[in-house]
Amino acid sequence: MAEVDIKNYCLNFGPQHPAAHGVLRMVMELDGEVVERVDPHIGLLHRGTEKLIEYKQYLQAMPYFDRLDYVAPMNQEHAFVLAIEKLMGAEVPLRGQYIRVLFSEIGRVLNHLLNLTTHAMDVGALTPILWGFEEREKLMVFYERISGARLHAAYFRPGGVHQDMPAGLAEDIMAWTETFPAVLADMEALLIDNRIFKQRNVDIGVVSAEDAFAWGFSGPMLRGSGVAWDLRKSQPYEVYDKMDFKVAVGKNGDCYDRFMLRIGEIYESLKIIRQCLNDMPGGPVLSIDNKIAPPRRADMKVSMEALIHHFKLYTEGIRVPEGEVYAAVEAPKGEFGVYLVSDGSNKPYRCKIRAPGFVHLQAMDFMLKGHMLADAPAVLGAMDIVFGEVDR
Amino acid sequence: MVEAIYSLFGVESPLLYLTAIVLSILAIVLPLLISVAFAVYFDRKIWAAVQMRRGPNVVGPFGLLQSFADGLKLFVKETVVPAGANKFIFLMAPMITFTLALIAWAVIPFDAGMMISDLNVGILYILAISSLGVYGIIMSGWASNSRYAFLGGLRSAAQMVSYEVSIGFVLVCVLMAVGSLNLSDVVNAQSGGFWNWYFIPFFPIFIIFFISALAETNRPPFDLPEAEAELVAGYQVEYSSMAFALFFLGEYANILLMSAVMAVLFFGGWEAPIPALDFIPGIFWMLAKIAFGFWMFAMVKAFVPRYRYDQLMRLGWKVFLPLSLFFVVFYAGIMVAFDLLPSQG
Repeated sequence: MAEVDIKNYCLNFGPQHPAAHGVLRMVMELDGEVVERVDPHIGLLHRGTEKLIEYKQYLQAMPYFDRLDYVAPMNQEHAFVLAIEKLMGAEVPLRGQYIRVLFSEIGRVLNHLLNLTTHAMDVGALTPILWGFEEREKLMVFYERISGARLHAAYFRPGGVHQDMPAGLAEDIMAWTETFPAVLADMEALLIDNRIFKQRNVDIGVVSAEDAFAWGFSGPMLRGSGVAWDLRKSQPYEVYDKMDFKVAVGKNGDCYDRFMLRIGEIYESLKIIRQCLNDMPGGPVLSIDNKIAPPRRADMKVSMEALIHHFKLYTEGIRVPEGEVYAAVEAPKGEFGVYLVSDGSNKPYRCKIRAPGFVHLQAMDFMLKGHMLADAPAVLGAMDIVFGEVDR
Repeated sequence: MVEAIYSLFGVESPLLYLTAIVLSILAIVLPLLISVAFAVYFDRKIWAAVQMRRGPNVVGPFGLLQSFADGLKLFVKETVVPAGANKFIFLMAPMITFTLALIAWAVIPFDAGMMISDLNVGILYILAISSLGVYGIIMSGWASNSRYAFLGGLRSAAQMVSYEVSIGFVLVCVLMAVGSLNLSDVVNAQSGGFWNWYFIPFFPIFIIFFISALAETNRPPFDLPEAEAELVAGYQVEYSSMAFALFFLGEYANILLMSAVMAVLFFGGWEAPIPALDFIPGIFWMLAKIAFGFWMFAMVKAFVPRYRYDQLMRLGWKVFLPLSLFFVVFYAGIMVAFDLLPSQG
């Protein structure tokens, strides 16, 4: 009998694909419907952010961070300003810290709402995404009210935040935290006990704790495997040490656990948001050190020194002392870190961004091997990939 | 229905008989295509309502003309035939799907005597036609010369064949109770009020039928042939303009057909729910029941995620097939034991 050479079926998943979460291209080798090998191709959204930052003053580099993970912009800004503050040894007023934490948590809810609902959409449930986006829209309005922009906020500053909260915002956020759980409960009712949803997610893309460490996972991908690692707890920054919240942890490390864990994190974020609003002290929101933050406009009318500071800050920018530093925040997708090298000038010498999605994506082949083609969107959905930060 | 139209002419002539046949076909197909257009609108509106959207609301009053606008748009577009595609089969496939979706309606009774053909093997005819439906999808999947379409075609072949088996057994249950394969007889056997309708005694197999019908028409949660998350649009991926429109119309005509079959088999066809309402023409009840069936199809679409390919096959072969087989034996046993078998006429 003549030997038949059976070739595997090669399928291009993306870059124009409804479930590719942006511009991911995965070259898949299929044996029937079973995935033999996945080769994620990235770089289609590469914008050279890190290089661009080297040519921008510190403040000018800030908005690039909104454009990394554009689902939760302020969390990225947070890492960058923390790095600058660490280098400069700057103090952030307490109210500024509370506002930062408040909006980081709102960012987390923004991110998880998008991820949970698109994950559901990837396994075929098309309704939750519209329910989730209704709520996301309200959060976007909070973003807009505090920073003037719905998406690219550019609101955090070295030394605090740009402006104080406008009147009434705190009350409106509080009111939202009261109504939101009901919407979330509706969404849960549609998904978490649904047999089909469970069949599509339970035991899919299982990652053990050791593997999760080995692949450099962080955030929900790591906690889904049962490791209670959360930078907000393990090395608290800002006022997280004053907050009373729990770290949601999964058990089996499958897609379903990651899904449930993110729902748990939303509830914890709501708790933090409420605490922030209740405990928020008065006072300035931005450092009063005029080497870091611009002086008040009123002062500039009477003080020569303030005027000079203002001029220097907006022409030359902040001067950051020589040194290197790594600052990381618990972004919704995992550990988002900024490794900043300063040569003492007004521009970063090097700014390396550690994006959690980039690290997670490299495990795609490992996680998908032996699964069905239809599991690829489920795994990808639970991985929470946003191409802005993967490609940078 | 053909005879009724023929007798209107008052003159006997083979040509006029042919005319009567064509007229009765048009009398079914034209309203059917118009209702398909509104069914699409209805589907989108229901889906939008569940998702807290407005749905189509711009073209015409309440967006009622949206489907016609879409149809017009598809009509004036260019038909793109991908390079390397088998042109003949590529263009045949949507025609086959569309034609098959229409000809099955020949035996659906809308009212007593109101059907094109009062076939004695009506149930078998519908089963045969819906089995053929898979050809359109396989052919399109193969002829498109696209990997997504090819996978979609393969999936649907396996899927539709699997669920046909359990639909077959469901039909066996019903026809045991009726003692005839004629759809009019099926309806007549359920006359006298909703408590005689078959969905009450045959509730489990009604559920099996409904779920299998979802699979048969490639509706969520069984829309794997066109699973958007992995196959983009499956077998339809390369189709544009009228070729796509034919697929689309065929798909919705099939859904309406399944609703109609469901109405006939389990909801008493044109019979009024209580005898006191008999003064309302039967066609109203039939259409209302088709609309109800379609509403169930639309609601399912809005709520459920999608099965994976292997899970779908497992459900078909390991759950529905044994279950429907069991119910065939179960109902046959009950009918024999309590002497409920229909008299042999």
